[in-house]
Amino acid sequence: MAEDSASIRSLRSPLGRARGMGSAKGGTHHWWMQRVTSMALLPLSIWLIFSLTRLMGADYVVVLEWISNTFNAVLLLAFLTAAFHHAAAGLQVVIEDYVRGELKRFAAICAVNGLAVLLWLAASLSVLRIAL
Amino acid sequence: MARIKDAREAAMVGRRSDGTLTRRPLSPHLQVYDMMQMTSLLSILHRISGVAWCGGLVLLVWWLVAAGTGQSAFATAQWVFGSFLGWVVLFGLTVAAWYHTLAGIRHLFWDAGHGFAMDAAYRSGRLVVIGTAVLTILTWLLVLV
Repeated sequence: MAEDSASIRSLRSPLGRARGMGSAKGGTHHWWMQRVTSMALLPLSIWLIFSLTRLMGADYVVVLEWISNTFNAVLLLAFLTAAFHHAAAGLQVVIEDYVRGELKRFAAICAVNGLAVLLWLAASLSVLRIAL
Repeated sequence: MARIKDAREAAMVGRRSDGTLTRRPLSPHLQVYDMMQMTSLLSILHRISGVAWCGGLVLLVWWLVAAGTGQSAFATAQWVFGSFLGWVVLFGLTVAAWYHTLAGIRHLFWDAGHGFAMDAAYRSGRLVVIGTAVLTILTWLLVLV
């Protein structure tokens, strides 16, 4: 009897509760990926900021040499991937907080994510074009 | 009663004793808090610096695409970043980048369940502010030296 009254308290199926995916079917995935990318970005951003200090006002050839170095190219691609994932995820939360209206919010999130993908591709292509 | 435009407003609907629908009064929220407390101010700054980083990312993309396009496109980008306004923007981005990085570490500790006590929160907040200043100065010393 105690078991029955406990199960009636929730309208969710036992399987649904075990999966913990919530109404958005995503569970904590969005939140978790933001933490994972933030941990990846920690060493990558420190490396990038200190690297860029030495490239301020540098000659074209010096910058091309720096980007085409395999170590730098790989870390740049890794940074761009993690950074755009993290940025799009963060901007999506900002939009969800401040943009009212289902359609407007959906359109804004799509625009931000689409733009993030395009910019990520453009930057990655440039790195590959220089490095290859 | 006016039509509901947002699903969240459904939570603000109640019934009068005669059964007719009414909109519940909204309690004052943001304006009752002192937003200049360190805890709330740093929280707001974390979001602002994150959005600023997004602007910085767009500039980084421009710089990389210019480098991949050719010498004249790259010269234009380097000229803009080397101008007075360019330096001001880059300095602001440095502050935002270090602040968001350090405040992000603070958030990761919170996510792991540490540092929630009031004095710990104030201490880590002060550390983040001091760390941002130190790292920003260090970064620009490296640029100038």
